[in-house]
Amino acid sequence: MIEDHQTQQVPTNWRDAAMQQRIKKRYAAEKRFRLFGFTTVIFALGFLVFLIGDVVLKAFPAFTAAEIQLSVTFDSTAFGLARTRADIDAAEYGAFIKAGLAKRFPEAQNRTTKRELRELVSEDAERVLKAAVEANPDLIGKTKVFWLPGSDIVELYVKNQLNAKGVVGERLASDTMLARLNSAQSNGELRKTFNTRFFSAPDSKHAELAGIAGSAKGSLLTLFVTLLAAFPLAIFTAIYLEQFAPKNHLTDFIEVNINNLAAVPSVIYGLLGASVYLGFMEMHRSASLVGGLTLALMTMPTIVIASRAAIKAVPPSIRDGAVALGASPLQAVFHHVLPSAMPGMLTGTIIGMSRALGETAPLLLIGMVGFFGDIPSSFNDGTAVLPVQIYIWASATERLFAQKTSAAILVLLLFLIIMNATAIYFRNRFEKRW
Amino acid sequence: MQIWPVIFALVLLSLVGFAVGQWRATVVLSRNEYLHSRPGHHGWYTALITFLPALVILIAVSFYLPHTIDAATLENLPHNEQPVDALSRQVALNEIQSLSQHSGILPSSPAMAEAAKNYEVRLRQATLWLAISVLGTAIIGLVVSSSQITTQFKARSIVEAIFMGGLSLSSVIAILITVGIVLSLLFESIRFFEKVPLLNFLGTSWSTQMAIRSDQVGSVGSFGALPLIYGTAFISLIAMLVAVPIGLMSAIYLTQYASLKMRRILKPVLEILAGVPTVVYGVFAVITIAPAIRAWGQSMGIDATSDSALAAGLVMGVMIIPFMSSMSDDALTAVPQSMRDGSLALGATPSETIRKVLLPAALPGIAGSFLLAISRAIGETMIVVMAAGQAANLTINPFKSVTTVTVQIVAALTGGDETFDSPRTLVAFALGLLLFIITLLLNIIALRVVKKYREAYD
Repeated sequence: MIEDHQTQQVPTNWRDAAMQQRIKKRYAAEKRFRLFGFTTVIFALGFLVFLIGDVVLKAFPAFTAAEIQLSVTFDSTAFGLARTRADIDAAEYGAFIKAGLAKRFPEAQNRTTKRELRELVSEDAERVLKAAVEANPDLIGKTKVFWLPGSDIVELYVKNQLNAKGVVGERLASDTMLARLNSAQSNGELRKTFNTRFFSAPDSKHAELAGIAGSAKGSLLTLFVTLLAAFPLAIFTAIYLEQFAPKNHLTDFIEVNINNLAAVPSVIYGLLGASVYLGFMEMHRSASLVGGLTLALMTMPTIVIASRAAIKAVPPSIRDGAVALGASPLQAVFHHVLPSAMPGMLTGTIIGMSRALGETAPLLLIGMVGFFGDIPSSFNDGTAVLPVQIYIWASATERLFAQKTSAAILVLLLFLIIMNATAIYFRNRFEKRW
Repeated sequence: MQIWPVIFALVLLSLVGFAVGQWRATVVLSRNEYLHSRPGHHGWYTALITFLPALVILIAVSFYLPHTIDAATLENLPHNEQPVDALSRQVALNEIQSLSQHSGILPSSPAMAEAAKNYEVRLRQATLWLAISVLGTAIIGLVVSSSQITTQFKARSIVEAIFMGGLSLSSVIAILITVGIVLSLLFESIRFFEKVPLLNFLGTSWSTQMAIRSDQVGSVGSFGALPLIYGTAFISLIAMLVAVPIGLMSAIYLTQYASLKMRRILKPVLEILAGVPTVVYGVFAVITIAPAIRAWGQSMGIDATSDSALAAGLVMGVMIIPFMSSMSDDALTAVPQSMRDGSLALGATPSETIRKVLLPAALPGIAGSFLLAISRAIGETMIVVMAAGQAANLTINPFKSVTTVTVQIVAALTGGDETFDSPRTLVAFALGLLLFIITLLLNIIALRVVKKYREAYD
């Protein structure tokens, strides 16, 4: 049988047409496979470019605000005779604005058109006027031309976005309103300015006034708590597990535990925070303290894992050398191993913190979602954080909020890029190769 | 309560303790030429003895005092204004607190104004007591510990023992977190199942809107979690259909075809996708992708809703790509070079080598990354909260909206009901327990698979 088989074998004829065909096919398959791989990489990259480009393009208009010029008369009867601080505080600045608007647009006579007029100027204008009078009480009884913050209608108008058709929930202006805006525009009474308020103001129900200062400070406070709670704990845990822990079931269990904790969905940490911090310890709902402690639970395993890798990378000879020269084990670790491992630990910490900065879901569960119209001043104040602010604005229908959503995303991504760049810098600059 | 000045003073005292301890030890050393521990250790010892007992008292008092102050303040309210339940108690306390903090607010009743004044006085007293007890303890600690410094005193051993204790204690925290998760989920889930029978939870009908309060008759609501589990699985499936081929193929391309320079640039760039916050993906899904998919569906004559499983799944898939890709990358590079060389030497093309040699060899690692990616997809929250919708549909139409376990967890706890006593909020914990168990199992299996595979080539 074997002999029979061998005699039947013919050497492969590589120039045979069928063989050539087969080789061609195999090479074509090779090319296809390679192209497929390349396409997937390009797809992923393309998506990234699309995502970031989309955000940047949509964010751009949010950095422009509108101002409207108005001549305001500070009627002296509104201030009382003494013109004390209290009088200045109590004056009705809205009335001055109304009067100014009525003078500028005398065609508005009935109640509805007058109310419509008031919609030209933002609520914040009253604060601007009050500040002007506080700074210069001589203004009382006089008339001065002000550039006042325009309302959302004015802002959309100067951006040529008013009356965009087909957008759900879009603010629409009546024809008379448009005529007024057109006349103001042609008189040079409208202007575009850089939107500083976006960076200095907290959230607001009025789209043109809403800013990220409140949520950005909320993020800052929250991250501070997270860092303070997670960093020492994580570093100590890493040192203990890597350098001192005896090999037994308990330390094995801790190890498995930490690896599993790093893979637990973040929303579970929100549930833990809600039931322990809010339910059991009765801490303040929505506060950055609770948010920070919740994120600390989530970040700690990440930092532990990175720190352990950093400690492991330090050769044992460093430690042994120190111990041989009479250092105690603790001294060897704290004086010699730790300084060498620190860059790696800090890199891991920054990466963990940047994940905490972008995290949203667990914070929703502890009540950091909702309307917070103030910039938080303490760790117990209710506040939103940047990602939650993005989530809140994304569900608002007004166009200005949509722009602010993208702008807030841009700011968040900027923070993340800075943090990650710092982490990479640390790693490249300080990490020792042994 | 003004707690920060006290903490600041305590830290300052501890620094003083360090200086005093070190200085006294130096003095002793200069007189005796022998000292068991270095002056630095004596400094640490004094600082720790100053700091730690006072810290314990600080924590205990600052947890205990606010409760007693609140209780005492409310007790002094007249009988007709006594709060009747937890909610009105909180409302009253909030009013008293804001009255005492801000001057411009009008009290709802004279008794409230009185209470606010009382509250302020109590708060000031409490702060005083806190400061006295904490700083007193610290000073006693400072005096006692600094007087202990002698040539024979083993400051170093004590300091190191304290540090070791701190180290091992902090590693136990990791266990405490897990225990906390399990206990809180279990505890609240049990409370949920006391109100809603298990069979209801395993049903197919999900409408929690009716169950507003637990004491309402005949309105338990239906908590059938099956549509949620189905929706989670459905969206995860779509996500994996995107993430697995793209993640795997890009890993293959980057490890096998791309030049070293290209790989060095492309890999970190791909990883940026993993660093984008999920809420950004959510916004992108709901503002850009979902309308496009809706228009596409309608152009094909399919009745598409603005929330669709497809939009959420696609975007989630992209989010998982870098995760899948980097894990597969690791698995592929772990295959010994000799296997690849052998296959190429026998005349196989690179793609044949990859498909017939590398992939089978790396399969356990890839399977592990697949399982971890699924567990990611199941636990992902923000994308589905924003793009998948609330409607609990059992549908195979990807243009329709489905809801997931995580969406309903968020919905339950952000629905405005802030107390944990109605089944509507408690269901979040039952769902959380379910989610925790599923993801934990997936992770354990994945880690086992990967570990087993690694041993094969070492």
